[in-house]
Amino acid sequence: MALEGKVALVTGASRGIGRAIALKLAQLGASVVVNYSGSKTRAEDAAAEIRNTGCEALVWQCDISDEQAVQKMIKAAIEHFGKIDILVNNAGITRDGLLMRMKEEDWDAVLNTNLKGVFLTTKAAIRPMMRQKQGRIINIASVVGILGNAGQANYVAAKAGVIGLTKSTAREVASRGITVNAVAPGFIVTDMTDQLPEEVKDKMKQEIPLGKLGTPEDVANVVAFLASEDSKYMTGQTLSIDGGMSMQ
Amino acid sequence: MAAEDVLTRVKKIVVDRLGVDEADVKTEASFKEDLDADSLDIVELVMELEDEFNLEISDEDAEKIQTVGDVVSYIENHKS
Repeated sequence: MALEGKVALVTGASRGIGRAIALKLAQLGASVVVNYSGSKTRAEDAAAEIRNTGCEALVWQCDISDEQAVQKMIKAAIEHFGKIDILVNNAGITRDGLLMRMKEEDWDAVLNTNLKGVFLTTKAAIRPMMRQKQGRIINIASVVGILGNAGQANYVAAKAGVIGLTKSTAREVASRGITVNAVAPGFIVTDMTDQLPEEVKDKMKQEIPLGKLGTPEDVANVVAFLASEDSKYMTGQTLSIDGGMSMQ
Repeated sequence: MAAEDVLTRVKKIVVDRLGVDEADVKTEASFKEDLDADSLDIVELVMELEDEFNLEISDEDAEKIQTVGDVVSYIENHKS
Protein backbone atom coordinates (compact mmCIF):
# COMPACT_ATOMS: atom_id res chain seq x y z
CA MET A 1 0.00 0.00 0.00
CA ALA A 2 1.13 3.53 -0.81
CA LEU A 3 1.38 4.73 2.79
CA GLU A 4 2.36 1.51 4.55
CA GLY A 5 4.30 2.25 7.74
CA LYS A 6 3.67 6.00 7.54
CA VAL A 7 2.29 8.10 10.39
CA ALA A 8 -0.18 10.89 9.66
CA LEU A 9 -1.63 13.59 11.86
CA VAL A 10 -4.92 15.11 10.69
CA THR A 11 -6.33 18.12 12.52
CA GLY A 12 -10.10 18.42 12.73
CA ALA A 13 -10.46 14.75 11.85
CA SER A 14 -13.66 13.96 13.72
CA ARG A 15 -15.96 14.88 10.85
CA GLY A 16 -16.42 16.18 7.32
CA ILE A 17 -13.40 16.50 5.06
CA GLY A 18 -10.89 15.81 7.85
CA ARG A 19 -12.54 12.54 8.73
CA ALA A 20 -12.59 11.41 5.08
CA ILE A 21 -8.89 12.27 4.79
CA ALA A 22 -7.98 10.39 7.98
CA LEU A 23 -9.86 7.33 6.78
CA LYS A 24 -8.37 7.45 3.28
CA LEU A 25 -4.81 7.68 4.63
CA ALA A 26 -5.54 4.69 6.88
CA GLN A 27 -6.96 2.72 3.95
CA LEU A 28 -3.61 3.28 2.25
CA GLY A 29 -1.77 1.91 5.28
CA ALA A 30 -0.98 4.93 7.47
CA SER A 31 -1.39 5.10 11.24
CA VAL A 32 -3.35 8.23 12.11
CA VAL A 33 -3.48 10.75 14.92
CA VAL A 34 -7.10 11.91 14.98
CA ASN A 35 -7.09 15.44 16.33
CA TYR A 36 -10.37 17.04 17.34
CA SER A 37 -11.48 20.07 19.28
CA GLY A 38 -15.07 19.54 20.40
CA SER A 39 -16.68 16.22 19.70
CA LYS A 40 -15.02 13.31 21.47
CA THR A 41 -17.71 10.83 20.45
CA ARG A 42 -17.32 11.58 16.77
CA ALA A 43 -13.54 11.49 17.04
CA GLU A 44 -13.77 8.06 18.70
CA ASP A 45 -16.10 6.96 15.87
CA ALA A 46 -13.57 8.11 13.29
CA ALA A 47 -10.83 6.24 15.17
CA ALA A 48 -12.95 3.08 15.24
CA GLU A 49 -13.38 3.31 11.47
CA ILE A 50 -9.63 3.70 11.06
CA ARG A 51 -8.95 0.69 13.28
CA ASN A 52 -11.34 -1.33 11.10
CA THR A 53 -8.88 -0.88 8.25
CA GLY A 54 -6.22 -2.58 10.41
CA CYS A 55 -4.32 0.66 11.08
CA GLU A 56 -3.62 2.29 14.41
CA ALA A 57 -5.39 5.45 15.55
CA LEU A 58 -4.58 7.83 18.38
CA VAL A 59 -7.33 10.25 19.38
CA TRP A 60 -6.06 13.60 20.66
CA GLN A 61 -8.09 16.61 21.79
CA CYS A 62 -6.39 19.94 21.29
CA ASP A 63 -7.20 23.52 20.33
CA ILE A 64 -4.73 24.17 17.53
CA SER A 65 -4.60 27.90 18.26
CA ASP A 66 -2.92 27.11 21.61
CA GLU A 67 0.84 26.72 21.06
CA GLN A 68 1.52 24.69 24.20
CA ALA A 69 -1.36 22.33 23.53
CA VAL A 70 -0.12 21.81 19.97
CA GLN A 71 3.41 21.05 21.16
CA LYS A 72 2.01 18.54 23.62
CA MET A 73 0.05 16.83 20.85
CA ILE A 74 3.11 16.52 18.60
CA LYS A 75 5.13 15.17 21.51
CA ALA A 76 2.45 12.62 22.28
CA ALA A 77 2.28 11.56 18.63
CA ILE A 78 6.07 11.08 18.51
CA GLU A 79 6.04 9.16 21.79
CA HIS A 80 3.27 6.90 20.55
CA PHE A 81 4.30 6.32 16.93
CA GLY A 82 7.98 7.34 16.93
CA LYS A 83 7.60 9.82 14.05
CA ILE A 84 5.30 11.98 11.94
CA ASP A 85 5.52 11.58 8.17
CA ILE A 86 2.37 13.39 7.08
CA LEU A 87 0.70 16.45 8.55
CA VAL A 88 -2.72 17.47 7.26
CA ASN A 89 -3.79 20.90 8.49
CA ASN A 90 -7.53 20.62 8.06
CA ALA A 91 -9.19 22.03 11.19
CA GLY A 92 -11.18 25.14 10.53
CA ILE A 93 -14.17 27.13 11.72
CA THR A 94 -16.51 29.73 10.21
CA ARG A 95 -18.04 32.87 11.70
CA ASP A 96 -19.70 34.34 8.64
CA GLY A 97 -21.09 37.85 8.34
CA LEU A 98 -20.76 41.00 6.31
CA LEU A 99 -17.47 42.76 6.93
CA MET A 100 -19.26 45.94 8.00
CA ARG A 101 -20.97 44.02 10.77
CA MET A 102 -18.23 41.55 11.60
CA LYS A 103 -17.20 41.60 15.23
CA GLU A 104 -13.53 41.74 16.04
CA GLU A 105 -13.89 38.54 18.05
CA ASP A 106 -15.30 36.72 14.99
CA TRP A 107 -12.34 37.89 12.93
CA ASP A 108 -9.87 36.80 15.63
CA ALA A 109 -11.48 33.42 16.26
CA VAL A 110 -11.38 32.45 12.58
CA LEU A 111 -7.84 33.76 11.99
CA ASN A 112 -6.60 32.08 15.17
CA THR A 113 -7.86 28.63 14.26
CA ASN A 114 -7.68 28.68 10.46
CA LEU A 115 -4.36 30.47 9.97
CA LYS A 116 -2.41 30.67 13.23
CA GLY A 117 -3.38 27.07 13.95
CA VAL A 118 -1.73 25.96 10.70
CA PHE A 119 1.41 27.93 11.61
CA LEU A 120 1.61 26.45 15.12
CA THR A 121 1.00 22.86 14.05
CA THR A 122 3.47 23.14 11.17
CA LYS A 123 6.10 24.72 13.44
CA ALA A 124 5.81 21.91 15.95
CA ALA A 125 5.75 19.05 13.41
CA ILE A 126 8.52 20.32 11.16
CA ARG A 127 11.28 19.63 13.68
CA PRO A 128 10.74 15.87 13.76
CA MET A 129 10.32 15.94 9.97
CA MET A 130 13.69 17.67 9.62
CA ARG A 131 15.29 15.02 11.78
CA GLN A 132 13.80 12.36 9.50
CA LYS A 133 14.85 14.40 6.44
CA GLN A 134 11.46 13.77 4.91
CA GLY A 135 7.89 14.84 5.38
CA ARG A 136 4.67 15.81 3.71
CA ILE A 137 2.61 18.78 4.83
CA ILE A 138 -0.79 19.30 3.24
CA ASN A 139 -2.85 22.35 4.08
CA ILE A 140 -6.56 22.57 3.43
CA ALA A 141 -7.28 25.97 1.91
CA SER A 142 -10.50 26.78 0.05
CA VAL A 143 -11.76 27.95 -3.30
CA VAL A 144 -12.90 31.14 -1.58
CA GLY A 145 -9.27 31.83 -0.63
CA ILE A 146 -8.68 32.14 -4.38
CA LEU A 147 -11.93 33.78 -5.53
CA GLY A 148 -13.08 35.71 -2.46
CA ASN A 149 -16.58 35.41 -1.04
CA ALA A 150 -19.04 37.98 0.25
CA GLY A 151 -19.86 37.40 3.91
CA GLN A 152 -16.66 35.51 4.66
CA ALA A 153 -13.95 38.19 4.94
CA ASN A 154 -12.36 36.46 7.94
CA TYR A 155 -12.50 32.94 6.48
CA VAL A 156 -11.26 34.09 3.06
CA ALA A 157 -8.39 36.10 4.58
CA ALA A 158 -7.35 33.05 6.60
CA LYS A 159 -7.57 30.67 3.64
CA ALA A 160 -5.67 33.03 1.32
CA GLY A 161 -3.14 33.30 4.14
CA VAL A 162 -2.84 29.52 4.22
CA ILE A 163 -1.95 29.52 0.51
CA GLY A 164 0.84 32.06 1.15
CA LEU A 165 2.03 30.19 4.24
CA THR A 166 2.17 27.02 2.15
CA LYS A 167 4.50 28.66 -0.37
CA SER A 168 6.81 30.21 2.23
CA THR A 169 7.08 27.01 4.25
CA ALA A 170 7.69 25.04 1.05
CA ARG A 171 10.62 27.30 0.17
CA GLU A 172 12.12 27.09 3.67
CA VAL A 173 12.21 23.32 3.92
CA ALA A 174 12.48 22.18 0.30
CA SER A 175 16.18 21.40 0.70
CA ARG A 176 15.35 19.04 3.57
CA GLY A 177 13.13 16.62 1.68
CA ILE A 178 9.90 18.07 3.06
CA THR A 179 7.17 19.09 0.64
CA VAL A 180 4.37 21.50 1.51
CA ASN A 181 1.28 21.74 -0.65
CA ALA A 182 -2.31 22.88 -0.29
CA VAL A 183 -5.65 21.85 -1.68
CA ALA A 184 -8.50 24.27 -2.27
CA PRO A 185 -11.85 22.47 -2.05
CA GLY A 186 -14.91 24.07 -3.57
CA PHE A 187 -18.47 23.30 -2.46
CA ILE A 188 -18.26 19.94 -0.72
CA VAL A 189 -21.17 17.96 0.77
CA THR A 190 -20.67 18.21 4.56
CA ASP A 191 -22.82 18.97 7.59
CA MET A 192 -22.36 22.64 6.79
CA THR A 193 -23.67 22.49 3.21
CA ASP A 194 -26.39 19.95 4.12
CA GLN A 195 -28.18 22.62 6.09
CA LEU A 196 -28.43 25.04 3.18
CA PRO A 197 -31.83 25.45 1.49
CA GLU A 198 -32.30 23.70 -1.88
CA GLU A 199 -32.47 26.99 -3.78
CA VAL A 200 -29.08 28.04 -2.42
CA LYS A 201 -27.65 24.67 -3.41
CA ASP A 202 -29.10 25.02 -6.90
CA LYS A 203 -27.48 28.40 -7.24
CA MET A 204 -24.16 26.96 -6.07
CA LYS A 205 -24.40 24.22 -8.68
CA GLN A 206 -24.83 26.80 -11.43
CA GLU A 207 -21.39 28.17 -10.60
CA ILE A 208 -19.77 24.74 -10.86
CA PRO A 209 -18.73 23.63 -14.37
CA LEU A 210 -19.02 19.96 -13.35
CA GLY A 211 -22.58 20.69 -12.21
CA LYS A 212 -22.59 19.12 -8.76
CA LEU A 213 -21.18 19.45 -5.27
CA GLY A 214 -18.04 17.49 -4.41
CA THR A 215 -17.73 14.83 -1.72
CA PRO A 216 -15.24 14.70 1.16
CA GLU A 217 -13.76 11.65 -0.59
CA ASP A 218 -13.02 13.77 -3.68
CA VAL A 219 -10.81 15.93 -1.45
CA ALA A 220 -9.33 12.97 0.44
CA ASN A 221 -8.18 11.33 -2.81
CA VAL A 222 -6.13 14.36 -3.81
CA VAL A 223 -4.71 14.72 -0.29
CA ALA A 224 -3.69 11.05 -0.43
CA PHE A 225 -1.82 11.74 -3.66
CA LEU A 226 -0.02 14.69 -2.08
CA ALA A 227 0.86 12.50 0.92
CA SER A 228 2.34 9.78 -1.27
CA GLU A 229 5.66 9.31 -3.06
CA ASP A 230 3.91 9.98 -6.36
CA SER A 231 3.87 13.72 -5.64
CA LYS A 232 7.54 13.95 -4.62
CA TYR A 233 8.45 16.55 -7.27
CA MET A 234 5.67 18.96 -6.25
CA THR A 235 5.93 21.61 -3.58
CA GLY A 236 4.35 24.97 -2.78
CA GLN A 237 1.33 24.20 -4.96
CA THR A 238 -2.37 24.69 -4.36
CA LEU A 239 -4.58 22.15 -6.13
CA SER A 240 -8.20 23.14 -6.65
CA ILE A 241 -10.82 20.45 -6.10
CA ASP A 242 -13.85 22.48 -7.00
CA GLY A 243 -15.54 21.02 -10.06
CA GLY A 244 -13.81 23.67 -12.15
CA MET A 245 -15.08 26.74 -10.28
CA SER A 246 -11.73 28.52 -10.10
CA MET A 247 -10.21 27.45 -13.40
CA GLN A 248 -8.16 30.16 -15.03
CA MET B 1 33.44 15.18 30.37
CA ALA B 2 36.53 17.21 29.56
CA ALA B 3 36.38 20.27 27.34
CA GLU B 4 38.48 18.46 24.79
CA ASP B 5 35.95 15.67 24.42
CA VAL B 6 33.17 18.17 23.92
CA LEU B 7 35.18 19.94 21.23
CA THR B 8 35.93 16.66 19.46
CA ARG B 9 32.28 15.63 19.46
CA VAL B 10 31.10 19.06 18.33
CA LYS B 11 33.69 19.05 15.53
CA LYS B 12 32.51 15.68 14.30
CA ILE B 13 28.88 16.85 14.13
CA VAL B 14 29.84 20.09 12.39
CA VAL B 15 31.95 18.22 9.83
CA ASP B 16 29.14 15.73 9.15
CA ARG B 17 26.39 18.30 9.03
CA LEU B 18 28.07 21.08 7.07
CA GLY B 19 30.38 18.97 4.95
CA VAL B 20 33.44 21.08 5.82
CA ASP B 21 37.08 20.11 6.45
CA GLU B 22 37.89 19.30 10.03
CA ALA B 23 40.87 21.65 9.82
CA ASP B 24 38.47 24.58 9.23
CA VAL B 25 36.38 23.83 12.32
CA LYS B 26 38.43 25.96 14.70
CA THR B 27 37.15 27.31 18.01
CA GLU B 28 36.93 30.83 16.64
CA ALA B 29 35.28 29.78 13.33
CA SER B 30 31.94 31.48 12.69
CA PHE B 31 29.23 29.14 11.39
CA LYS B 32 27.79 31.68 9.00
CA GLU B 33 30.95 33.39 7.82
CA ASP B 34 33.68 30.78 7.91
CA LEU B 35 31.71 27.56 7.58
CA ASP B 36 29.10 28.75 5.09
CA ALA B 37 26.11 27.61 7.14
CA ASP B 38 22.68 29.11 6.43
CA SER B 39 20.06 29.65 9.13
CA LEU B 40 18.40 26.28 8.44
CA ASP B 41 21.79 24.53 8.75
CA ILE B 42 22.16 26.10 12.17
CA VAL B 43 18.69 24.96 13.28
CA GLU B 44 19.59 21.42 12.24
CA LEU B 45 22.96 21.63 13.92
CA VAL B 46 21.31 22.72 17.15
CA MET B 47 18.87 19.78 16.96
CA GLU B 48 21.74 17.37 16.50
CA LEU B 49 23.69 18.87 19.37
CA GLU B 50 20.60 18.51 21.56
CA ASP B 51 20.49 14.80 20.71
CA GLU B 52 24.22 14.24 21.09
CA PHE B 53 24.55 15.99 24.45
CA ASN B 54 21.05 15.26 25.73
CA LEU B 55 20.10 18.84 26.47
CA GLU B 56 17.61 21.40 25.26
CA ILE B 57 18.84 24.62 23.68
CA SER B 58 16.18 27.34 23.71
CA ASP B 59 15.56 29.39 20.57
CA GLU B 60 16.87 32.49 22.35
CA ASP B 61 20.14 30.77 23.26
CA ALA B 62 20.44 29.19 19.82
CA GLU B 63 20.28 32.64 18.23
CA LYS B 64 23.30 33.74 20.24
CA ILE B 65 25.47 30.91 18.99
CA GLN B 66 27.86 32.19 16.36
CA THR B 67 31.10 30.27 16.60
CA VAL B 68 32.24 26.72 17.29
CA GLY B 69 33.63 28.01 20.59
CA ASP B 70 30.19 29.38 21.55
CA VAL B 71 28.75 25.88 21.15
CA VAL B 72 31.48 24.25 23.23
CA SER B 73 31.14 26.72 26.09
CA TYR B 74 27.33 26.50 26.00
CA ILE B 75 27.52 22.72 26.34
CA GLU B 76 30.17 22.99 29.05
CA ASN B 77 27.85 25.26 31.03
CA HIS B 78 24.61 23.36 30.48
CA LYS B 79 25.47 19.68 30.31
CA SER B 80 23.49 17.46 32.62
